[in-house]
Amino acid sequence: MKAWLQQHLAALVRAARRIAGSPLNTLLSILVIGIAMTLPAAGYLCLDNLKALGANSSNAQQMSLFLHTGAGEKMRSDIEKRLETLLPGQWRFVSRDAALRQMEANEGMAEIIASLPKNPLPDAFILEPNDADPDHLETLRATLSAWSGVAHVQLDSAWIKRFDAFLRLGRLAAHLLAVIFAVGLIAVTFNTIRLQVLGQAEEIEVARLIGATDAFIRRPFCYSGVLQGALGGLMAALLLLVGVLALSPPVSRLAALYGSAFVLRGPSFLHSLALIASGAALGWLGAQLSVRLIRDQ
Amino acid sequence: MIVGSQLYKRYPGGFEALKNVSFTIADGEMALIGGHSGAGKTTLLKLLSAIERPTSGSLIVNGQNLIALRPAALPFLRRNLGLVFQDQKLLFDRSALENVLLPLEIIGLAPREAQRRARAALDKVGLLAREKTNPIALSGGEQQRLAIARAVVNRPTILLADEPTANLDEESARQVLDLFVAFNQVRVTVIIATHAPQGLFPDCAARVLTLSHGSLIA
Repeated sequence: MKAWLQQHLAALVRAARRIAGSPLNTLLSILVIGIAMTLPAAGYLCLDNLKALGANSSNAQQMSLFLHTGAGEKMRSDIEKRLETLLPGQWRFVSRDAALRQMEANEGMAEIIASLPKNPLPDAFILEPNDADPDHLETLRATLSAWSGVAHVQLDSAWIKRFDAFLRLGRLAAHLLAVIFAVGLIAVTFNTIRLQVLGQAEEIEVARLIGATDAFIRRPFCYSGVLQGALGGLMAALLLLVGVLALSPPVSRLAALYGSAFVLRGPSFLHSLALIASGAALGWLGAQLSVRLIRDQ
Repeated sequence: MIVGSQLYKRYPGGFEALKNVSFTIADGEMALIGGHSGAGKTTLLKLLSAIERPTSGSLIVNGQNLIALRPAALPFLRRNLGLVFQDQKLLFDRSALENVLLPLEIIGLAPREAQRRARAALDKVGLLAREKTNPIALSGGEQQRLAIARAVVNRPTILLADEPTANLDEESARQVLDLFVAFNQVRVTVIIATHAPQGLFPDCAARVLTLSHGSLIA
Protein backbone atom coordinates (compact mmCIF):
# COMPACT_ATOMS: atom_id res chain seq x y z
CA MET A 1 0.00 0.00 0.00
CA LYS A 2 2.84 2.35 0.94
CA ALA A 3 4.72 1.49 -2.26
CA TRP A 4 1.53 2.05 -4.26
CA LEU A 5 1.06 5.48 -2.70
CA GLN A 6 4.72 6.32 -3.29
CA GLN A 7 4.39 5.40 -6.95
CA HIS A 8 1.31 7.60 -7.30
CA LEU A 9 3.04 10.47 -5.52
CA ALA A 10 6.10 10.06 -7.74
CA ALA A 11 3.85 10.04 -10.83
CA LEU A 12 2.11 13.20 -9.63
CA VAL A 13 5.45 14.91 -9.08
CA ARG A 14 6.66 13.81 -12.55
CA ALA A 15 3.44 15.14 -14.08
CA ALA A 16 3.80 18.47 -12.25
CA ARG A 17 7.41 18.73 -13.43
CA ARG A 18 6.37 17.99 -17.01
CA ILE A 19 3.69 20.69 -16.83
CA ALA A 20 6.08 23.19 -15.27
CA GLY A 21 8.74 22.24 -17.81
CA SER A 22 6.78 23.76 -20.68
CA PRO A 23 5.09 26.82 -19.13
CA LEU A 24 3.89 28.43 -22.36
CA ASN A 25 2.21 25.28 -23.70
CA THR A 26 0.71 24.63 -20.29
CA LEU A 27 -0.61 28.18 -19.98
CA LEU A 28 -2.21 27.99 -23.42
CA SER A 29 -3.83 24.63 -22.62
CA ILE A 30 -5.12 25.90 -19.29
CA LEU A 31 -6.49 29.04 -20.98
CA VAL A 32 -8.33 26.97 -23.59
CA ILE A 33 -9.74 24.64 -20.91
CA GLY A 34 -10.60 27.59 -18.64
CA ILE A 35 -12.47 29.47 -21.35
CA ALA A 36 -14.29 26.31 -22.45
CA MET A 37 -15.47 25.80 -18.86
CA THR A 38 -16.29 29.47 -18.27
CA LEU A 39 -19.03 29.64 -20.90
CA PRO A 40 -21.41 26.99 -19.50
CA ALA A 41 -20.50 27.96 -15.93
CA ALA A 42 -21.42 31.57 -16.75
CA GLY A 43 -24.72 30.30 -18.15
CA TYR A 44 -25.54 28.49 -14.91
CA LEU A 45 -24.50 31.51 -12.86
CA CYS A 46 -26.69 33.74 -15.01
CA LEU A 47 -29.69 31.45 -14.45
CA ASP A 48 -29.07 31.40 -10.71
CA ASN A 49 -29.03 35.17 -10.66
CA LEU A 50 -32.18 35.37 -12.77
CA LYS A 51 -33.93 33.01 -10.40
CA ALA A 52 -32.86 35.10 -7.44
CA LEU A 53 -33.94 38.26 -9.25
CA GLY A 54 -37.35 36.75 -10.02
CA ALA A 55 -37.84 35.66 -6.42
CA ASN A 56 -36.72 39.04 -5.03
CA SER A 57 -38.40 41.53 -7.26
CA SER A 58 -41.74 40.06 -8.27
CA ASN A 59 -42.84 38.23 -5.16
CA ALA A 60 -43.42 35.41 -7.57
CA GLN A 61 -44.30 32.87 -4.93
CA GLN A 62 -46.63 35.19 -3.01
CA MET A 63 -50.27 34.13 -2.68
CA SER A 64 -53.21 36.10 -1.27
CA LEU A 65 -55.95 34.29 0.61
CA PHE A 66 -59.13 36.41 0.93
CA LEU A 67 -61.78 35.53 3.51
CA HIS A 68 -65.51 35.97 3.02
CA THR A 69 -66.51 39.46 4.12
CA GLY A 70 -68.77 37.94 6.72
CA ALA A 71 -66.13 35.65 8.18
CA GLY A 72 -65.95 36.13 11.91
CA GLU A 73 -63.17 36.09 14.46
CA LYS A 74 -63.57 32.33 15.07
CA MET A 75 -63.29 31.54 11.38
CA ARG A 76 -60.14 33.68 11.12
CA SER A 77 -58.59 32.03 14.13
CA ASP A 78 -59.39 28.61 12.71
CA ILE A 79 -57.68 29.44 9.39
CA GLU A 80 -54.68 30.86 11.23
CA LYS A 81 -54.24 27.54 13.05
CA ARG A 82 -54.50 25.56 9.84
CA LEU A 83 -52.03 27.86 8.08
CA GLU A 84 -49.56 27.54 10.93
CA THR A 85 -49.71 23.78 10.51
CA LEU A 86 -49.43 23.88 6.72
CA LEU A 87 -46.98 26.79 6.23
CA PRO A 88 -45.35 27.54 9.59
CA GLY A 89 -43.93 31.05 9.65
CA GLN A 90 -44.67 31.62 5.96
CA TRP A 91 -47.77 33.74 6.24
CA ARG A 92 -49.04 37.01 7.76
CA PHE A 93 -52.48 38.36 8.42
CA VAL A 94 -53.66 41.64 6.86
CA SER A 95 -56.91 42.88 8.41
CA ARG A 96 -59.50 44.59 6.24
CA ASP A 97 -58.85 47.87 8.13
CA ALA A 98 -55.10 47.62 7.53
CA ALA A 99 -55.71 46.88 3.84
CA LEU A 100 -57.95 49.93 3.58
CA ARG A 101 -55.32 52.12 5.21
CA GLN A 102 -52.71 50.82 2.77
CA MET A 103 -55.01 51.61 -0.11
CA GLU A 104 -55.70 55.09 1.23
CA ALA A 105 -51.98 55.77 1.29
CA ASN A 106 -51.85 55.37 -2.47
CA GLU A 107 -52.05 58.62 -4.35
CA GLY A 108 -55.58 59.61 -5.42
CA MET A 109 -57.26 56.76 -3.55
CA ALA A 110 -58.14 58.60 -0.34
CA GLU A 111 -61.06 60.53 -1.88
CA ILE A 112 -62.47 57.47 -3.60
CA ILE A 113 -62.32 55.44 -0.40
CA ALA A 114 -63.89 58.27 1.60
CA SER A 115 -66.87 58.20 -0.74
CA LEU A 116 -67.53 54.52 0.00
CA PRO A 117 -70.34 53.79 2.48
CA LYS A 118 -68.34 51.02 4.19
CA ASN A 119 -65.01 49.16 3.91
CA PRO A 120 -65.47 46.76 0.95
CA LEU A 121 -62.20 44.88 1.56
CA PRO A 122 -62.07 41.44 3.17
CA ASP A 123 -59.65 40.18 5.79
CA ALA A 124 -56.73 38.49 4.02
CA PHE A 125 -53.67 36.36 4.59
CA ILE A 126 -50.48 36.91 2.57
CA LEU A 127 -48.68 33.61 2.05
CA GLU A 128 -45.03 33.24 1.03
CA PRO A 129 -44.37 29.50 0.69
CA ASN A 130 -40.72 28.48 0.73
CA ASP A 131 -41.33 26.00 -2.08
CA ALA A 132 -41.89 28.19 -5.15
CA ASP A 133 -42.37 25.30 -7.57
CA PRO A 134 -45.34 26.26 -9.83
CA ASP A 135 -46.96 22.82 -9.49
CA HIS A 136 -46.67 22.96 -5.74
CA LEU A 137 -48.14 26.46 -5.63
CA GLU A 138 -51.05 25.40 -7.83
CA THR A 139 -51.79 22.41 -5.57
CA LEU A 140 -51.58 24.68 -2.53
CA ARG A 141 -53.97 27.14 -4.11
CA ALA A 142 -56.51 24.38 -4.77
CA THR A 143 -56.20 23.11 -1.17
CA LEU A 144 -56.65 26.55 0.35
CA SER A 145 -59.60 27.39 -1.92
CA ALA A 146 -61.49 24.40 -0.53
CA TRP A 147 -61.22 25.63 3.07
CA SER A 148 -64.35 26.89 4.74
CA GLY A 149 -64.49 30.69 5.00
CA VAL A 150 -62.08 31.25 2.13
CA ALA A 151 -63.58 33.38 -0.62
CA HIS A 152 -60.67 33.43 -3.06
CA VAL A 153 -57.00 32.48 -3.33
CA GLN A 154 -55.01 34.60 -5.74
CA LEU A 155 -51.86 33.37 -7.42
CA ASP A 156 -50.32 34.79 -10.56
CA SER A 157 -49.54 31.30 -11.74
CA ALA A 158 -49.33 32.20 -15.41
CA TRP A 159 -46.43 34.58 -14.73
CA ILE A 160 -44.71 32.03 -12.51
CA LYS A 161 -45.14 29.32 -15.13
CA ARG A 162 -43.74 31.54 -17.90
CA PHE A 163 -40.78 32.49 -15.75
CA ASP A 164 -40.21 28.88 -14.72
CA ALA A 165 -40.46 27.72 -18.35
CA PHE A 166 -37.88 30.35 -19.28
CA LEU A 167 -35.56 29.16 -16.52
CA ARG A 168 -36.03 25.52 -17.59
CA LEU A 169 -35.19 26.44 -21.17
CA GLY A 170 -32.15 28.37 -20.01
CA ARG A 171 -31.05 25.44 -17.86
CA LEU A 172 -31.43 23.04 -20.78
CA ALA A 173 -29.38 25.38 -22.99
CA ALA A 174 -26.72 25.55 -20.28
CA HIS A 175 -26.70 21.74 -20.00
CA LEU A 176 -26.25 21.41 -23.77
CA LEU A 177 -23.51 24.01 -23.73
CA ALA A 178 -21.83 22.18 -20.85
CA VAL A 179 -21.91 18.88 -22.73
CA ILE A 180 -20.51 20.45 -25.91
CA PHE A 181 -17.70 22.19 -24.05
CA ALA A 182 -17.01 19.08 -21.96
CA VAL A 183 -16.44 17.14 -25.18
CA GLY A 184 -14.22 20.00 -26.37
CA LEU A 185 -12.27 19.91 -23.13
CA ILE A 186 -11.77 16.15 -23.41
CA ALA A 187 -10.53 16.65 -26.98
CA VAL A 188 -8.09 19.38 -25.89
CA THR A 189 -6.71 17.19 -23.09
CA PHE A 190 -6.57 14.19 -25.40
CA ASN A 191 -4.48 16.13 -27.89
CA THR A 192 -2.18 17.68 -25.26
CA ILE A 193 -1.50 14.31 -23.65
CA ARG A 194 -1.07 12.65 -27.05
CA LEU A 195 1.67 15.16 -27.87
CA GLN A 196 3.28 14.46 -24.51
CA VAL A 197 3.14 10.72 -25.17
CA LEU A 198 4.77 11.19 -28.57
CA GLY A 199 7.40 13.48 -27.03
CA GLN A 200 8.20 10.91 -24.35
CA ALA A 201 8.31 7.91 -26.71
CA GLU A 202 11.95 7.20 -25.91
CA GLU A 203 11.37 7.23 -22.17
CA ILE A 204 8.33 4.99 -22.59
CA GLU A 205 10.36 2.50 -24.61
CA VAL A 206 13.17 2.40 -22.04
CA ALA A 207 10.74 2.09 -19.13
CA ARG A 208 9.02 -0.82 -20.86
CA LEU A 209 12.32 -2.58 -21.48
CA ILE A 210 13.29 -2.41 -17.83
CA GLY A 211 10.03 -3.74 -16.48
CA ALA A 212 7.54 -0.88 -16.25
CA THR A 213 3.90 -1.89 -16.39
CA ASP A 214 1.45 -0.03 -18.63
CA ALA A 215 -0.11 1.44 -15.49
CA PHE A 216 3.25 2.83 -14.36
CA ILE A 217 3.83 4.41 -17.77
CA ARG A 218 0.31 5.81 -18.09
CA ARG A 219 0.07 7.21 -14.56
CA PRO A 220 2.06 10.47 -15.03
CA PHE A 221 0.12 11.25 -18.21
CA CYS A 222 -3.19 10.74 -16.40
CA TYR A 223 -2.05 13.00 -13.57
CA SER A 224 -0.95 15.51 -16.18
CA GLY A 225 -4.50 15.52 -17.59
CA VAL A 226 -5.98 15.83 -14.10
CA LEU A 227 -3.67 18.73 -13.18
CA GLN A 228 -4.33 20.60 -16.42
CA GLY A 229 -8.09 20.07 -16.08
CA ALA A 230 -8.07 21.21 -12.45
CA LEU A 231 -5.99 24.29 -13.29
CA GLY A 232 -8.38 24.98 -16.19
CA GLY A 233 -11.30 24.75 -13.72
CA LEU A 234 -9.52 27.16 -11.40
CA MET A 235 -8.96 29.50 -14.34
CA ALA A 236 -12.70 29.30 -15.17
CA ALA A 237 -13.63 30.14 -11.56
CA LEU A 238 -11.27 33.13 -11.61
CA LEU A 239 -12.61 34.34 -14.95
CA LEU A 240 -16.17 34.12 -13.59
CA LEU A 241 -15.19 35.98 -10.45
CA VAL A 242 -13.52 38.74 -12.45
CA GLY A 243 -16.59 38.96 -14.72
CA VAL A 244 -18.97 39.19 -11.76
CA LEU A 245 -16.79 41.81 -10.04
CA ALA A 246 -16.78 43.88 -13.23
CA LEU A 247 -20.55 43.58 -13.81
CA SER A 248 -21.75 43.83 -10.23
CA PRO A 249 -21.68 47.65 -9.75
CA PRO A 250 -23.56 48.53 -12.98
CA VAL A 251 -26.11 45.74 -12.37
CA SER A 252 -26.73 46.96 -8.82
CA ARG A 253 -27.15 50.55 -10.08
CA LEU A 254 -29.64 49.35 -12.70
CA ALA A 255 -31.56 47.32 -10.11
CA ALA A 256 -31.65 50.33 -7.79
CA LEU A 257 -33.36 52.36 -10.53
CA TYR A 258 -36.18 49.77 -10.39
CA GLY A 259 -36.28 49.95 -6.59
CA SER A 260 -34.58 46.58 -6.11
CA ALA A 261 -31.68 45.79 -3.83
CA PHE A 262 -30.56 42.99 -6.15
CA VAL A 263 -26.86 42.13 -5.99
CA LEU A 264 -25.19 40.00 -8.66
CA ARG A 265 -24.01 36.71 -7.15
CA GLY A 266 -20.60 35.33 -8.03
CA PRO A 267 -19.52 31.69 -7.95
CA SER A 268 -19.57 30.35 -4.40
CA PHE A 269 -16.65 28.47 -2.90
CA LEU A 270 -18.50 25.21 -3.51
CA HIS A 271 -19.23 26.20 -7.13
CA SER A 272 -15.55 26.95 -7.65
CA LEU A 273 -14.61 23.61 -6.12
CA ALA A 274 -17.12 21.88 -8.39
CA LEU A 275 -15.58 23.62 -11.41
CA ILE A 276 -12.09 22.50 -10.41
CA ALA A 277 -13.29 18.95 -9.74
CA SER A 278 -15.17 18.82 -13.07
CA GLY A 279 -12.07 20.06 -14.89
CA ALA A 280 -9.95 17.43 -13.18
CA ALA A 281 -12.45 14.67 -14.00
CA LEU A 282 -12.73 15.68 -17.65
CA GLY A 283 -8.94 16.05 -17.88
CA TRP A 284 -8.55 12.57 -16.47
CA LEU A 285 -11.04 11.21 -19.01
CA GLY A 286 -9.24 12.91 -21.93
CA ALA A 287 -5.89 11.61 -20.66
CA GLN A 288 -7.27 8.09 -20.23
CA LEU A 289 -8.42 8.07 -23.84
CA SER A 290 -5.08 9.45 -24.98
CA VAL A 291 -2.86 7.04 -23.06
CA ARG A 292 -4.57 4.13 -24.79
CA LEU A 293 -2.13 5.13 -27.53
CA ILE A 294 0.69 3.90 -25.31
CA ARG A 295 -0.81 0.42 -25.28
CA ASP A 296 -1.07 0.52 -29.06
CA GLN A 297 2.50 1.72 -29.57
CA MET B 1 18.55 -21.64 -16.12
CA ILE B 2 17.68 -20.77 -19.70
CA VAL B 3 16.47 -23.49 -22.03
CA GLY B 4 15.75 -22.82 -25.68
CA SER B 5 14.32 -25.64 -27.69
CA GLN B 6 13.72 -25.75 -31.47
CA LEU B 7 13.33 -22.00 -31.63
CA TYR B 8 12.18 -20.39 -34.84
CA LYS B 9 11.70 -16.70 -35.49
CA ARG B 10 10.13 -15.61 -38.74
CA TYR B 11 9.50 -11.91 -39.36
CA PRO B 12 6.61 -10.55 -41.40
CA GLY B 13 7.69 -10.83 -45.03
CA GLY B 14 9.02 -14.34 -44.49
CA PHE B 15 12.62 -13.66 -43.35
CA GLU B 16 13.72 -16.41 -40.98
CA ALA B 17 16.06 -14.89 -38.39
CA LEU B 18 16.34 -18.07 -36.29
CA LYS B 19 15.97 -21.67 -37.41
CA ASN B 20 15.70 -24.63 -35.09
CA VAL B 21 17.92 -23.16 -32.35
CA SER B 22 18.27 -25.21 -29.18
CA PHE B 23 20.58 -24.48 -26.24
CA THR B 24 20.86 -24.50 -22.47
CA ILE B 25 22.57 -21.87 -20.34
CA ALA B 26 23.09 -22.76 -16.68
CA ASP B 27 22.65 -20.36 -13.77
CA GLY B 28 25.74 -18.25 -13.23
CA GLU B 29 27.20 -19.13 -16.63
CA MET B 30 28.91 -16.64 -18.93
CA ALA B 31 27.76 -17.18 -22.54
CA LEU B 32 28.77 -15.30 -25.65
CA ILE B 33 26.53 -15.36 -28.70
CA GLY B 34 28.77 -14.97 -31.71
CA GLY B 35 28.25 -14.81 -35.44
CA HIS B 36 28.42 -12.56 -38.46
CA SER B 37 26.21 -9.57 -39.02
CA GLY B 38 22.64 -10.76 -39.58
CA ALA B 39 23.34 -14.19 -38.06
CA GLY B 40 20.50 -13.76 -35.55
CA LYS B 41 22.40 -12.70 -32.41
CA THR B 42 20.23 -9.68 -31.66
CA THR B 43 17.08 -11.62 -32.48
CA LEU B 44 18.05 -14.30 -29.96
CA LEU B 45 18.72 -11.64 -27.31
CA LYS B 46 15.34 -10.08 -28.08
CA LEU B 47 13.67 -13.44 -27.56
CA LEU B 48 15.55 -13.95 -24.27
CA SER B 49 14.46 -10.54 -23.01
CA ALA B 50 10.87 -11.09 -24.22
CA ILE B 51 11.06 -8.07 -26.51
CA GLU B 52 9.94 -10.42 -29.26
CA ARG B 53 8.26 -13.81 -29.21
CA PRO B 54 9.47 -16.90 -31.05
CA THR B 55 7.36 -18.02 -33.98
CA SER B 56 7.60 -21.56 -32.65
CA GLY B 57 9.60 -23.61 -30.20
CA SER B 58 10.00 -23.29 -26.47
CA LEU B 59 12.01 -20.81 -24.44
CA ILE B 60 12.18 -21.09 -20.67
CA VAL B 61 13.80 -18.26 -18.73
CA ASN B 62 13.89 -18.33 -14.92
CA GLY B 63 11.35 -21.14 -15.00
CA GLN B 64 8.87 -19.25 -17.13
CA ASN B 65 7.96 -20.33 -20.64
CA LEU B 66 8.11 -17.10 -22.61
CA ILE B 67 5.86 -18.49 -25.35
CA ALA B 68 2.98 -18.91 -22.92
CA LEU B 69 3.66 -15.77 -20.90
CA ARG B 70 0.72 -13.34 -20.71
CA PRO B 71 1.59 -9.79 -21.87
CA ALA B 72 0.70 -8.47 -18.40
CA ALA B 73 3.40 -10.70 -16.88
CA LEU B 74 6.18 -9.43 -19.16
CA PRO B 75 7.17 -6.41 -17.02
CA PHE B 76 7.66 -8.65 -13.98
CA LEU B 77 9.86 -11.03 -15.99
CA ARG B 78 11.97 -8.13 -17.25
CA ARG B 79 12.58 -6.88 -13.72
CA ASN B 80 14.70 -9.99 -13.20
CA LEU B 81 16.70 -9.31 -16.36
CA GLY B 82 19.34 -6.66 -16.81
CA LEU B 83 19.44 -5.33 -20.34
CA VAL B 84 22.42 -3.49 -21.84
CA PHE B 85 21.99 -2.17 -25.35
CA GLN B 86 24.54 -1.22 -27.95
CA ASP B 87 23.06 2.29 -28.05
CA GLN B 88 22.64 2.32 -24.25
CA LYS B 89 19.12 3.79 -24.39
CA LEU B 90 19.89 6.33 -21.68
CA LEU B 91 17.52 9.20 -20.95
CA PHE B 92 19.16 12.52 -21.62
CA ASP B 93 16.57 14.64 -19.82
CA ARG B 94 17.79 13.44 -16.42
CA SER B 95 21.02 12.92 -14.50
CA ALA B 96 23.10 9.75 -14.33
CA LEU B 97 21.69 9.00 -10.87
CA GLU B 98 18.11 9.49 -12.08
CA ASN B 99 18.75 7.09 -14.96
CA VAL B 100 19.84 4.44 -12.50
CA LEU B 101 16.92 5.23 -10.19
CA LEU B 102 14.35 4.49 -12.90
CA PRO B 103 14.21 0.67 -12.47
CA LEU B 104 13.88 1.14 -8.71
CA GLU B 105 11.03 3.64 -9.14
CA ILE B 106 9.34 1.07 -11.34
CA ILE B 107 9.41 -1.58 -8.63
CA GLY B 108 8.23 1.00 -6.08
CA LEU B 109 11.26 0.97 -3.80
CA ALA B 110 11.22 3.54 -1.00
CA PRO B 111 13.06 6.69 -2.18
CA ARG B 112 15.79 6.55 0.47
CA GLU B 113 16.60 2.88 -0.21
CA ALA B 114 16.41 3.52 -3.96
CA GLN B 115 18.94 6.34 -3.69
CA ARG B 116 21.26 4.16 -1.63
CA ARG B 117 21.11 1.29 -4.13
CA ALA B 118 21.46 3.55 -7.16
CA ARG B 119 24.56 5.18 -5.67
CA ALA B 120 25.99 1.75 -4.86
CA ALA B 121 25.45 0.69 -8.50
CA LEU B 122 27.11 3.89 -9.74
CA ASP B 123 29.99 3.27 -7.37
CA LYS B 124 30.36 -0.27 -8.70
CA VAL B 125 30.81 1.01 -12.26
CA GLY B 126 33.04 3.89 -11.14
CA LEU B 127 30.61 6.73 -11.84
CA LEU B 128 29.57 7.81 -8.35
CA ALA B 129 31.48 11.06 -8.67
CA ARG B 130 29.43 11.87 -11.77
CA GLU B 131 25.98 11.08 -10.41
CA LYS B 132 24.64 14.55 -11.16
CA THR B 133 26.06 14.66 -14.67
CA ASN B 134 23.74 14.44 -17.63
CA PRO B 135 24.58 11.29 -19.62
CA ILE B 136 25.18 13.42 -22.71
CA ALA B 137 28.28 14.80 -20.98
CA LEU B 138 29.70 11.31 -20.42
CA SER B 139 32.11 9.53 -22.77
CA GLY B 140 30.99 6.46 -24.76
CA GLY B 141 32.61 4.10 -22.24
CA GLU B 142 31.07 5.97 -19.30
CA GLN B 143 27.66 5.89 -20.96
CA GLN B 144 27.97 2.13 -21.40
CA ARG B 145 29.01 1.74 -17.76
CA LEU B 146 26.04 3.86 -16.74
CA ALA B 147 23.79 1.57 -18.78
CA ILE B 148 25.30 -1.39 -16.93
CA ALA B 149 24.64 0.30 -13.58
CA ARG B 150 21.00 0.76 -14.59
CA ALA B 151 20.82 -2.87 -15.72
CA VAL B 152 22.20 -4.30 -12.47
CA VAL B 153 20.63 -1.95 -9.91
CA ASN B 154 17.63 -4.29 -9.62
CA ARG B 155 20.02 -7.18 -8.82
CA PRO B 156 18.91 -9.24 -11.82
CA THR B 157 19.69 -12.94 -12.11
CA ILE B 158 20.45 -12.62 -15.81
CA LEU B 159 22.38 -9.85 -17.56
CA LEU B 160 21.88 -9.57 -21.32
CA ALA B 161 24.06 -7.30 -23.43
CA ASP B 162 23.95 -6.60 -27.15
CA GLU B 163 27.35 -5.60 -28.60
CA PRO B 164 28.20 -3.62 -25.43
CA THR B 165 31.71 -2.72 -26.62
CA ALA B 166 30.95 -2.09 -30.29
CA ASN B 167 31.58 1.65 -30.26
CA LEU B 168 34.22 1.82 -27.56
CA ASP B 169 37.99 2.24 -27.62
CA GLU B 170 40.09 -0.60 -26.27
CA GLU B 171 40.49 0.73 -22.75
CA SER B 172 36.81 1.59 -22.32
CA ALA B 173 35.84 -1.80 -23.76
CA ARG B 174 38.13 -3.54 -21.25
CA GLN B 175 36.54 -1.62 -18.33
CA VAL B 176 33.06 -2.61 -19.52
CA LEU B 177 34.00 -6.26 -20.01
CA ASP B 178 35.62 -6.36 -16.57
CA LEU B 179 32.31 -5.30 -15.11
CA PHE B 180 30.56 -8.23 -16.80
CA VAL B 181 33.18 -10.56 -15.37
CA ALA B 182 32.70 -9.06 -11.91
CA PHE B 183 28.95 -9.60 -12.06
CA ASN B 184 29.40 -13.13 -13.38
CA GLN B 185 31.65 -13.88 -10.43
CA VAL B 186 28.73 -13.19 -8.09
CA ARG B 187 26.64 -15.84 -9.93
CA VAL B 188 24.82 -13.51 -12.31
CA THR B 189 24.21 -15.27 -15.63
CA VAL B 190 25.80 -13.08 -18.29
CA ILE B 191 24.87 -13.40 -21.96
CA ILE B 192 26.60 -11.12 -24.44
CA ALA B 193 25.95 -10.91 -28.17
CA THR B 194 29.09 -9.97 -30.04
CA HIS B 195 30.41 -10.37 -33.55
CA ALA B 196 33.91 -11.23 -32.24
CA PRO B 197 33.65 -13.50 -29.19
CA GLN B 198 37.13 -15.01 -29.48
CA GLY B 199 39.54 -13.63 -26.90
CA LEU B 200 36.96 -11.33 -25.38
CA PHE B 201 37.39 -12.89 -21.95
CA PRO B 202 40.86 -14.45 -21.91
CA ASP B 203 40.81 -14.99 -18.13
CA CYS B 204 37.29 -16.31 -17.88
CA ALA B 205 35.61 -19.51 -18.99
CA ALA B 206 32.97 -18.16 -21.34
CA ARG B 207 30.94 -20.50 -23.50
CA VAL B 208 30.46 -19.40 -27.10
CA LEU B 209 27.25 -20.08 -29.02
CA THR B 210 27.90 -19.38 -32.68
CA LEU B 211 25.06 -18.50 -35.01
CA SER B 212 25.21 -18.49 -38.78
CA HIS B 213 22.28 -17.45 -40.95
CA GLY B 214 19.91 -18.11 -38.06
CA SER B 215 21.20 -21.57 -37.17
CA LEU B 216 23.32 -22.53 -34.20
CA ILE B 217 26.49 -24.07 -35.56
CA ALA B 218 28.55 -24.41 -32.40
